[in-house]
Amino acid sequence: MADVILKKIYVKVWRQNNVRAKGRFETYEVENISQGSSFLEMLDILNDKLIREGKDPIAFDHDCREGICGTCSLYVNGRAHGPDRDITTCQLHMRKFNEGETITIEPWRAGAFPVIKDLMVDRTAFEKIQQAGGFVSVNTGGVPDGNAIPIGYEDAEEAMDAAACIGCGACVATCKNSSAMLFVAAKVSQLAKLPQGKVEGKRRAKAMVAKMDELGFGGCTNTGACELECPKGISISHIARLNREYLKAKFSD
Amino acid sequence: MSKGSFLNASVGRKFLMSITGLFLIMFLLVHMSINLLLIFDDSGDLFNIAAHFMATNPFIKIIEPVLALGFAIHILWSIIITIQNMRARPVKYLKSNQAVNSTWASRNMFILGAMLFVYIGIHLYNFWWKMKFAGDPLLEHITVMQAGVPVEMENAYALVATLFKESVIYDIVYIIGGVLLGLHVSHGFWSAFQTIGFNNHIWRKRLFVLAQVIGAIFAIGFSVIPLYFLIKF
Ligand code: SF4
Ligand code: FES
Repeated sequence: MADVILKKIYVKVWRQNNVRAKGRFETYEVENISQGSSFLEMLDILNDKLIREGKDPIAFDHDCREGICGTCSLYVNGRAHGPDRDITTCQLHMRKFNEGETITIEPWRAGAFPVIKDLMVDRTAFEKIQQAGGFVSVNTGGVPDGNAIPIGYEDAEEAMDAAACIGCGACVATCKNSSAMLFVAAKVSQLAKLPQGKVEGKRRAKAMVAKMDELGFGGCTNTGACELECPKGISISHIARLNREYLKAKFSD
Repeated sequence: MSKGSFLNASVGRKFLMSITGLFLIMFLLVHMSINLLLIFDDSGDLFNIAAHFMATNPFIKIIEPVLALGFAIHILWSIIITIQNMRARPVKYLKSNQAVNSTWASRNMFILGAMLFVYIGIHLYNFWWKMKFAGDPLLEHITVMQAGVPVEMENAYALVATLFKESVIYDIVYIIGGVLLGLHVSHGFWSAFQTIGFNNHIWRKRLFVLAQVIGAIFAIGFSVIPLYFLIKF
């Protein structure tokens, strides 16, 4: 397939010097971008140009660039991870955009995810939620013991589906309430179905929800937007499980 | 269980919203069924008998304050939750394309609820207030034959039917009210089950479809009554 070149596009991006500074939008022209290049490569090319012009390059998060680390973010044209399904921003390609288009890029916006610089946000809040209970601290034995405990196929699948969460924060970013319920649900669900995780199930659900509330995330109103924008397709059925785990724990207190 | 922390927790608050919401849906189903008698008997006897039964039945007397409490909690908690949720995003997006990932009703539950609140206010003033407290010449007692026995009762039918026959504005207000309610319930019903944890990947499709059906029943059931009077009289 012949490579299609976008002769000129406009990129309208959020610039903010630091956590405390007031941000603003700035629009840049980018020329000659192959539709085969990735979205982040386009930003690299733009940054290269900015550096040559002696300007401050745009700060954005990225690491693996293959959709597994969850570091890249970006709210592109009004959607978390841009206009495509089940992908991270590093998996987004320029073929999703047209000649002459103005692409709006914003950071994840949530009180619990403060902007560090430009498009980079601080997602330590997720780590704090994990530290509150997203682990197994009982003795589960060694590898042979793990293999000796039979786990049903359905349970194993459910747990593995939940474990696909990469902690990117797209669920929070896209949620109209900036709720972290999908993330917390995934982290609770990946352990709730397994015998090793069940032991601390009650404490885990309560502690993680309490931490999530404390950090200023909103409440879930079940719009379902998170599941459609989640790069790993984490289902909101896990949120129902989290609610179940939480209510069970609270009512048995 | 420490009640304070539960009701202040996001999931606890939503639990209350769900329970009260489901309770209100049950009430509305009964309410709508009785209302529909308005269009099946133009003499008004059927509706009057049902209204009389509701007004005098001791069980309904007990339910009434519970119902008021249900409404109060549902409304107050929705305000608390909405404020908290708005605070969670201090800087808004310039561009947000939510239409691709969620239904309009699910994103606008509070606005729908607020409009329904106004509607309920009008509705209570039109009927409930007059039947219970203020009185109205239209409500003058009549005698209806009930299972062969003449029973004296308020002419509730006259009050309702006259309003709908005489005011196109009120007809339209009530039709809109019915549609708003349908939209509210089309999200609220399945959302309530999701929040109390009764959902999984099989049930969610069923509950979602059921919510759309119940929403449609409410929208049609409530708005067909003013529509009937608007067209027929
Ligand atoms: S649930 Fe999905 S959107 Fe949310 S953090 Fe995990 S991978 Fe990202
Ligand atoms: S950079 Fe790792 S997921 Fe995008």
